[in-house]
Amino acid sequence: MDFQVVVLAGGNSKKLVPLVSKEVPKALLPVANRPVLSYVLEQLEASNLKDVIVVVEGQESALLVGPWISSAYVDRLHVEVAAVPEDVGTAGALRAIAPHLTAKDILVVSGDLVSDVPIGAVAAAHRRNDAVLTAMLCSSPVSGPSDSGSSSGKDKTKKSGHYNIIGLDPSKQFLLYIAAGADVEKDTRIQKSILRSVGQMEIRSDLMDAHMYAFKRSVLQQVLDRKDMFLSLKQDVLPYLVRSQLKSEILLNGATQAEESGNEKANSQKNHVLLSEILANASLPSFHELALGPYGSGHVRRTHKCCVYIASGSKYCARLNSIQAFMDINRDVIGEANRLSGYSLSAHNNIIHPSAELGSKTTVGPHCMLGEGSQMGDKCSVKRSVIGRHCRIGSNVKVVNSVVMNHVTIGDGCSVQGSVICSNGQLQERAILRDCQVGAGFVVTAGSEYKGESLARKEK
Amino acid sequence: MDPRRATRAVIDPKVRQVGFFTAEPDPITITSSPIRNPLSPVMIPPPRQPSESVVRTIVSPHRRDSAVPVGSYNASSYSEFLQATSNTTTSPPISEDLPLVSPGRPINDNSSRAGKIAAAASFPGVIGFDMSGPKAATVLAGGLTTVSVVVNLPPGMSEKGGGGASIEVQNDRPVSLKPLKEKTSKAERRALQEAQRAAKGAAKAGGGKTPTAISGVVTSANVKPTKATKSPSQRNDNASVVASEKKGGDRPLEKDRKKDVPQPRMQYDDMSRVEKAKRRSVVKHTEVRNRVELFRHLPQYEHGTQLPDLESKFFQLDPMHPAVYKVGLQYLSGHISGGNARCIAMLHAFHEAINDYSTPLERTLARDLTAKISSYVSFLTECRPLSISMGNAIRFLKNRIAKLPLTLSESEAKATLQSDIDRFINEKIILADKAIVLHAVTKIRDGDVLLTYGSSSAVEMILLHAHELGKQFRVIVVDSRPKLEGQPLLRRLVQKGLSCTYTNINAVSYIMHEVTRVFLGASSVLSNGTVYSRVGTACVAMVAHAFGAPVLVCCEAYKFHERVQLDSICFNELGDSDAISKVRGREDINYLDDWANSENLQLLNLVYDATPSDYISMIVTDYGMVG
Repeated sequence: MDFQVVVLAGGNSKKLVPLVSKEVPKALLPVANRPVLSYVLEQLEASNLKDVIVVVEGQESALLVGPWISSAYVDRLHVEVAAVPEDVGTAGALRAIAPHLTAKDILVVSGDLVSDVPIGAVAAAHRRNDAVLTAMLCSSPVSGPSDSGSSSGKDKTKKSGHYNIIGLDPSKQFLLYIAAGADVEKDTRIQKSILRSVGQMEIRSDLMDAHMYAFKRSVLQQVLDRKDMFLSLKQDVLPYLVRSQLKSEILLNGATQAEESGNEKANSQKNHVLLSEILANASLPSFHELALGPYGSGHVRRTHKCCVYIASGSKYCARLNSIQAFMDINRDVIGEANRLSGYSLSAHNNIIHPSAELGSKTTVGPHCMLGEGSQMGDKCSVKRSVIGRHCRIGSNVKVVNSVVMNHVTIGDGCSVQGSVICSNGQLQERAILRDCQVGAGFVVTAGSEYKGESLARKEK
Repeated sequence: MDPRRATRAVIDPKVRQVGFFTAEPDPITITSSPIRNPLSPVMIPPPRQPSESVVRTIVSPHRRDSAVPVGSYNASSYSEFLQATSNTTTSPPISEDLPLVSPGRPINDNSSRAGKIAAAASFPGVIGFDMSGPKAATVLAGGLTTVSVVVNLPPGMSEKGGGGASIEVQNDRPVSLKPLKEKTSKAERRALQEAQRAAKGAAKAGGGKTPTAISGVVTSANVKPTKATKSPSQRNDNASVVASEKKGGDRPLEKDRKKDVPQPRMQYDDMSRVEKAKRRSVVKHTEVRNRVELFRHLPQYEHGTQLPDLESKFFQLDPMHPAVYKVGLQYLSGHISGGNARCIAMLHAFHEAINDYSTPLERTLARDLTAKISSYVSFLTECRPLSISMGNAIRFLKNRIAKLPLTLSESEAKATLQSDIDRFINEKIILADKAIVLHAVTKIRDGDVLLTYGSSSAVEMILLHAHELGKQFRVIVVDSRPKLEGQPLLRRLVQKGLSCTYTNINAVSYIMHEVTRVFLGASSVLSNGTVYSRVGTACVAMVAHAFGAPVLVCCEAYKFHERVQLDSICFNELGDSDAISKVRGREDINYLDDWANSENLQLLNLVYDATPSDYISMIVTDYGMVG
């Protein structure tokens, strides 16, 4: 269908420290014991998109991500991994791989997206409207666990950064305004020209930008070339395109058309104009055409279209861009959105690998996951948690609302609530953790008690 | 009113040949080239073969008795048929002509059905094929990609069901033709031809009913059941061919007659056929529950469910060209409407598709491209029923493909076709519109009050041109819900400085007394002079007729169709019934909101209507004006 897919897999996001480290880049963070990147790749595979360019920030991360992809997706996907220097931003990353982009349209997907929104729908909406940019929006996820768990104060601070302010036209097809909620302090400016031509703008803050965009390649490359200050797709490129949609500075097909018809005879050029007029008159006029006002004849001002695809509420869509989101997604993927994980639930609504060993009187509640080769002692209780592969958990351990990665050792009598314990972490006897993050290989000493802390080994 | 009605009763049934009809710019209709897949613009040519038809035919036991010669006869005479010059109208090839249509079809949707077929591959027929036909296996391995091997298995299986060596030929047929030609020696072919001739004689003697084991009749009869389940459209073809096969001598005549008669359309009140069509279709349709009794035979779907479904399949539909897909989406979402625009958009999409087309190995461009275009067309039909103008354009294109000289290289052929498409757009639409404008402008005088209904591109051009010429006239734009197409037209006219009046169709009888000319557009003009156009046109024309205002219908000649239609019922299109029950922007008067599911409410949103020729004073075409 003449689409090229670019997955921006990121590098070591600072927001996710101590979960990410040199050994585990963001793309490989486990969600239900699968790297988060696999969700995007599998979604692409399901959509029959087999040619993918994965862009990773940092050479070291690329060296970790590349081999994983080639081992997991050999014979399934044709993936090229490109490493870009850190801190070039998403726009910079696209700039770096621009020579490899050849298709008519480019689909840019964030590597931390966990969703089951049909990718084809975004692409189709893009094509149907002949848009320059189509952004996928989904309803913002409810942050924080629904029942007990993390502190509510934290939720609020997290949430304020993630909601977007989005202006839509009445048909909910066109994007008129977009800003990150954090950038908007008290007031914001909306262009009069857009408002005037649309007549009515709907401003919503309950939608989240899912970081899945379809771009017209020629336009994207022009913007990236001309505006070399642009760093981020979301913060620079997107608002720029939305802002300038009625006074477009970019050359659309119009340029090529003019060249073509220039070579032809004047007569046929006239026919061409007539033809495009027939087509334009027959199609439903969007506000772009109406914006020309009573004087415009359609060829004076240039416009381009920025469209949105709003995912239906029944679809799951979340981005792993914070520790809280990491916990939420892990919980959802084995819970309500378990169709994403690809595992089938047991009768008890949980997923326990056959090779896992449970001690006597140990209970694993619904919406839990126990990885391959993990052992649990007696009288343990696991609720709404994910436990990775080859973990050893002693007796009388309580794990609630937590994520325990691979090869973690938890001593007897520990209690873990709302926490993340990274690979090779070690909890000695009777440690009590609440809302903590334990970095890779960190050892929590016996009997210690932590609350809301981030525990990690000091670098070097 | 009464006296006229009496006269109408006399007039109507008579088929009127409107003057220019002999000069119909579509010589295609009469040709009988063997490859042409006749496509009436209103039919849904369903590409999909319901998977169960494969299964069903496998188990039918009597297939076995059709022994080796049958299959090989089929193939060898087929290859002979290939050798023959392109335009054979002699009797034998027609039965071979039939299977030809099929190979392209299954391939188009192979990706989605690969699973089913793979499952079907475990049938004994396939095993028999593997063991008994080693030669065939090597041929297949040589010339094919894996996908098409999988896909091409079922026809052979379904026809023979483990019937030994004959399978090899059946399988080869859609795959590769040339190796086959080399394989069968001349003597063999001759022998088979003899056998076939003898068999046919025997068949004719026996009333054409008894299935003699080695006769060609059996072959065609064997083909028939598998095909018949495949599609209603082909069923018709098959029936005609089988029938003519039996009659022998008068076949060409029979065939011609078949071509003249418009193909029966899919009747949507026939539940079993609808089910079959549904299984094949790419676009998922949910039928509206409460349909108006009189219009049950027309497709009516719940709007709003198709688009998301089709969109989500965007990348799965591999064989569909992106440009075609885009146009289909735009039809479905109502982005493009209007006969000319839809036709142009479709032709542009085909233009692009041909540009990206490359002939697969061991296929000829003419056949493969025709099949491809057919699959595109069926997709577009599922998105929205084709307009008659589009049907004519498709016919033109297919005819051009069929007429391509075999000596042409692929790139030359593609370039020829593309220039043909461009020429069609230019001559039949653009220049035709210009000619219409020049003709019609002579009918506009200073001081005229012109009435137009809806939004017609031709009428708009006429009005603008007359304005440019400095004629002093006034325009009344009559509009109707739910599409309100007149508003954009009005907007453009006012922008250009014409003085306009805008009214809704319910006021047409009040405003008509001041009108001096009525200009209407048309979706199609039928051979009895009936104008088939946007719903409401008939009403406007009748009111104008009653007031004595001349009605001029502007219609490009490529929109003419040889069909005869007396009412708006037997062929029409049903729009979204929600569109008439809801009023946008007026939440306060949406009384019908949740009534759609009520048993005793049926909503009818007709898209077209037929205006009898009595109410039309003149038809303006690119060839002149016909009164």
